[in-house]
Amino acid sequence: MSRKSVKFLIPVLSIISALAVSSLIIFMAGRDPVMIFQKMFRGTFGSSYGTGQVVFRMTTLILVALAVAIPFQVRLFNIGAEGQLQMGAFAAAMTGTMLPASVPSSVAIPLCIITAMMAGALWAMVAGVLKVRFGVNEVIATIMLNFIAQGITGYLLTWHFALPSTVHTAPITAAAVIPVFDTVTGWFARSPANLSILLAVGAALLLQVILFQSRFGYEMRAAGLQPEAARFGGINAQMHTLTALGVGGAAAGLGAANIVLGYKHYYEAGMTGGIGFTGIAVALLAGAHPLWILLSALFFGVLEYGGLTVNAYIPKDIFMIIEAITIILVIAFSAVGRQLPQQ
Amino acid sequence: MGIAVRLSDISKKFGSFSANSNISLSVEEGTIHALVGENGAGKSTLTKIIYGMHQPTSGELIIADKTVRFTSPRDAIHSGIGMVHQHFMLIPELTVAENIILGNEPCGIFQPLPLQKSKALILKDAEAYGLPVDPEALVASLSIGEQQRVEILKLLYRHAAIMIFDEPTAVLSPSETDRLFATLRSLRDKGKTIILITHKLDEVLAVADMVSVMRKGEIVGTMPAFTATKTELARMMVGRSVLLRVSNPIPSPGETVLSIHHLGFRTAKSEERIHDLSFTIRAGEIYGIAGVEGNGQSELMQALWGLAPSGTVISGEILLKGQSLIGKKPSDIAFMGVSHIPEDRLRHAVIADYTVSENILFGRHRERTFHRGIGFNTRALKHYAEAMISEYAIKCDSPVHQSLSTLSGGNQQKVVLARELNRPAISLLLLAQPTRGVDIGAIEIIHNKIIEARRCGVAILLVSSELEEIIALSTRIGCLYKGSIRHEFTQEEVELKKNSEQEFQKEIGLHIT
Repeated sequence: MSRKSVKFLIPVLSIISALAVSSLIIFMAGRDPVMIFQKMFRGTFGSSYGTGQVVFRMTTLILVALAVAIPFQVRLFNIGAEGQLQMGAFAAAMTGTMLPASVPSSVAIPLCIITAMMAGALWAMVAGVLKVRFGVNEVIATIMLNFIAQGITGYLLTWHFALPSTVHTAPITAAAVIPVFDTVTGWFARSPANLSILLAVGAALLLQVILFQSRFGYEMRAAGLQPEAARFGGINAQMHTLTALGVGGAAAGLGAANIVLGYKHYYEAGMTGGIGFTGIAVALLAGAHPLWILLSALFFGVLEYGGLTVNAYIPKDIFMIIEAITIILVIAFSAVGRQLPQQ
Repeated sequence: MGIAVRLSDISKKFGSFSANSNISLSVEEGTIHALVGENGAGKSTLTKIIYGMHQPTSGELIIADKTVRFTSPRDAIHSGIGMVHQHFMLIPELTVAENIILGNEPCGIFQPLPLQKSKALILKDAEAYGLPVDPEALVASLSIGEQQRVEILKLLYRHAAIMIFDEPTAVLSPSETDRLFATLRSLRDKGKTIILITHKLDEVLAVADMVSVMRKGEIVGTMPAFTATKTELARMMVGRSVLLRVSNPIPSPGETVLSIHHLGFRTAKSEERIHDLSFTIRAGEIYGIAGVEGNGQSELMQALWGLAPSGTVISGEILLKGQSLIGKKPSDIAFMGVSHIPEDRLRHAVIADYTVSENILFGRHRERTFHRGIGFNTRALKHYAEAMISEYAIKCDSPVHQSLSTLSGGNQQKVVLARELNRPAISLLLLAQPTRGVDIGAIEIIHNKIIEARRCGVAILLVSSELEEIIALSTRIGCLYKGSIRHEFTQEEVELKKNSEQEFQKEIGLHIT
């Protein structure tokens, strides 16, 4: 078997084994796994509302997964997508509330998106500067920056910007709202699926091209694979550390387009709900490849929302177990794959 | 004398790949038996089988007339087999004595180490075999040669009767090598059996009693060393006749390309690595730097390629056709027509996971001829890669899809050479250890290409720890010792002394130690 097909088989095998293990767990919890998976399927792809819910979750997942994947190409582990998304969401909401009502959509939406992306990028680049300048491990730095982001947004929200007796900010100007598919095309019933999925897919395609077709990506991946050789080849590896984290942070910040501009229309405490961490799983399952992330995000979107739909029969926690087992199996199988003889 | 090690029909497969096939070999007790062959010929696999690190797929291993089945090196050690690995297995933070008794402590697990008693034993061995060493010294403070002595003492401490040496001279200076050979002979004279793995044919002829040649996983011949000749061994290793010495027509150098004046290199920790180093290289000549590793070669290359670590103080002048290189970045230096082939190929010269054609581009990817849009002109690149592959006889099925790591060391080096020698407007080539880890067959092509580049007027700085290579290629030779050129042989001297190579090597040896 060629290495290429092994590479493709690994995620498939791990998903299948994860489903098998989950079936066993569901069975032990006293339920029929086939029934549960059927119900899950009906709850998601069985209705246009359910499909919309999956699309909505997938949108954010693609972006936070890109936030992990791009630095991963330079061998940096960005655990901070959650914090970068929070900073982006807060920045988008603040921009949206502060814009006067007279500003047209063509200005308001890009402006909110750009501030969100900048906030995410800057937050990630803090970790980048710490790494390049002082050699601080990026894993530790991004984890800590998650806490700090939570603290900053939490403080600003409760003490300065929350509407009285609520935990959210004032709504953004109507011009900054990204419309849901329901109002534009009539798809996905009244689900929160909105046009920002196009941004997410566009971002994934663009990054795929940049990483694997452009000279910039060629240098960046070289710097990740073999930093010293990159230096000998005249490549500025430190610059690539910074840009990879910056681009990743910007992708996470772009997630705000979906949850703030497309869905809630304000910033709310806890609105990111740990989705940034699921992004790590999505990116790992996709082997940090932007194109595969689209598929992997779809899979996790189904699990996330599908878990909710069968909540009456089986606790949603089971689906957290499936997600975690899938990831562990991907990592384990990849390790086995590397040990196979290179022929 | 009996047979110490007998291999009978040993085969070892990894998946579908046969690393060793049907190997039968007898090593007589009290002899030095050399095992030669190119990289990948199966020497290491075979010794790992003898040392219990690999289990043979089929066949028998007979040690001192007993058939054995080792499951781990521990079993091999119990049967009196010891191995000195190419990369020493010592813990630098421990003393010599602690390292020697490690894994074989003569006491219970909760008892204090009987260091005094062990020291006495170690000193006794050291005296008997002429291996002077201070048992209380930290291993970290020892030279490479001394560390190797510690490894040998470790084997003696464990009463190993059969000792395997894996490329023991790769890291040694010429005088250390002579000394090691004396030790090997004295070990043999005291009845030890020695298996010596090497690819340096001179060494085999100098020290071994018997020699076995391996090629493609098989033993193609075993003979007493005194009946063997270098050409014959090389032919058996490669499977065809090889030109051991490339023809090197007398050069007629042109204008000065590189001139280095009073170069100094002081590290951030204020250690002086190079001082008052001066030499020049003219177009169409190869300036060979002979020297034991660690005398400033890597620092010189760092200074020339703009990669000195931050905090380094560089003094003096490095001029390329009158322009200073100090303070410039590698990419700028490359654009001035300088190519660099670093010694550590996998760490510094290539991206092993990139494809062959991506590697042929690496470091030259800023050249506009390869560009199209934001990416590369894949068609131009493919043509270029294919041209290079045929010109340099690189063995590779599909340059666009095959990753470089699947090529042999020699073919990888040819990729690097093709890339660097074809840099547009190249005037200077910095070349470090161009044939390290490269098969004899590939060495021939690499040397020819280097000489061809010289004839086309490239100025070449050659750093190599192989004196043979320095003598074969260089127009002039500088002997580097402790960071400065201690002696320089002129073109006329080199031409003259080349004819009696052994003496010339000895003479250079005197200047570099």
